[in-house]
Amino acid sequence: MSTAPARVKTLKIDDRDVSGREEETILDVARQNRINIPTLCHVPGLSPVGSCRLCLVEIKGSPKLFPACVTLVREGMEVVTKSERLASYRKMILELLFSDGNHICAVCVSNGNCELQSLAQNLGIDSIRFPYRFPKLTVDASHQRFVVDHNRCILCARCVRVCGEVEGAHTWDLMGRGTSMRIISDMNEAWGDSETCTSCGKCVQLCPTGALVEKGKSVAEMSKKKGFLPYIVSMREGRR
Amino acid sequence: MSKVRLATVWLDGCSGCHMSLLDMDERLVEIADKVEIVYSPLVDNKEFPQEVDITLVEGAIGNVEDEEKIKMIRQRTKTLVSLGDCAVTGNVPSMRNTCGAKAVLERVYLENVTLQPQIPSESVPALRSRVCPVREVVKVDVFVPGCPPSADTIHALLVGLLSGSVPDISLLSRFGA
Repeated sequence: MSTAPARVKTLKIDDRDVSGREEETILDVARQNRINIPTLCHVPGLSPVGSCRLCLVEIKGSPKLFPACVTLVREGMEVVTKSERLASYRKMILELLFSDGNHICAVCVSNGNCELQSLAQNLGIDSIRFPYRFPKLTVDASHQRFVVDHNRCILCARCVRVCGEVEGAHTWDLMGRGTSMRIISDMNEAWGDSETCTSCGKCVQLCPTGALVEKGKSVAEMSKKKGFLPYIVSMREGRR
Repeated sequence: MSKVRLATVWLDGCSGCHMSLLDMDERLVEIADKVEIVYSPLVDNKEFPQEVDITLVEGAIGNVEDEEKIKMIRQRTKTLVSLGDCAVTGNVPSMRNTCGAKAVLERVYLENVTLQPQIPSESVPALRSRVCPVREVVKVDVFVPGCPPSADTIHALLVGLLSGSVPDISLLSRFGA
């Protein structure tokens, strides 16, 4: 007598009994149950990469922390999404991002519409413990309609993924390691000279900060529209 | 009951935080009943006094005088508040850190000047090579981000501090607010 493998897993998140399909992640199931886990690199519709580490959660029985966006649910799992330890790591991650770039919110086109800025406020960050690095970074305004300001890039690679996975152009990529890592267009050429860029603007709309913006916007004028992505992705999946 | 001794200082900033303080309007009267302003760019005292209860610091640490002042102020202050993004993060003044003080001075006083171009050296304090937030030089007790923090934020801060508690600033303000 054989039993088909169960495809629904039951687990606990923050002491609540929840269930999810076996191909779903902890983040998917948490969000279905309105349990908030902060994220920055994650965008529904793009492949999850687990790079920002904001969605780290605890799983009982393991001393390690797990990124909820790339950890599949398992039967009997007990997940903790809120603890002092997690809060302190999440704060530290954001503080390191602030100290690593030149994020001067007061003079940013995305002031008031920035995911980094609002996450910092939501997590109760009122100051950065680490010395700011003040790296010397460039701004490329060679594109007719858009600007890339590397001072404000947090290397979440949303632009890289949406350009490659949804638009299919793969204009953006990451170059270098550690503090010298940058997003680049084509083979590290000026964006305005790109032969692959279709100027669709998906990268700009998904960028969480003021790193990719429309030209001609002044302080706090750049608000982004992310609503197109689930629509495009679901239409495409429906066609398969 | 004796009044709380309050000081405000203006370091490397634009005075916007002090303008926001004044924007409390009639609420200033209510605050004035409870505090004595012992030092401020808004009043006439020339010397920063001893034994100050609360000091609100506007501005980053941009020159050698700022640095000396904030160390002295820290010694004489019970509760030191970084008020506004310049004091909290370095903000706009710190934008020169990517190119350095020398490049800025040359741009402002030599390259853009036709008549007697010269870098000022007398009667003005020398710029530090690096602008930094107050917390990189002295211990800060309360951080109030915002550019500037709103009058409501400053009011809530002062009401809280005067009653002996620190309000949850992240509910009131944020970087760039």
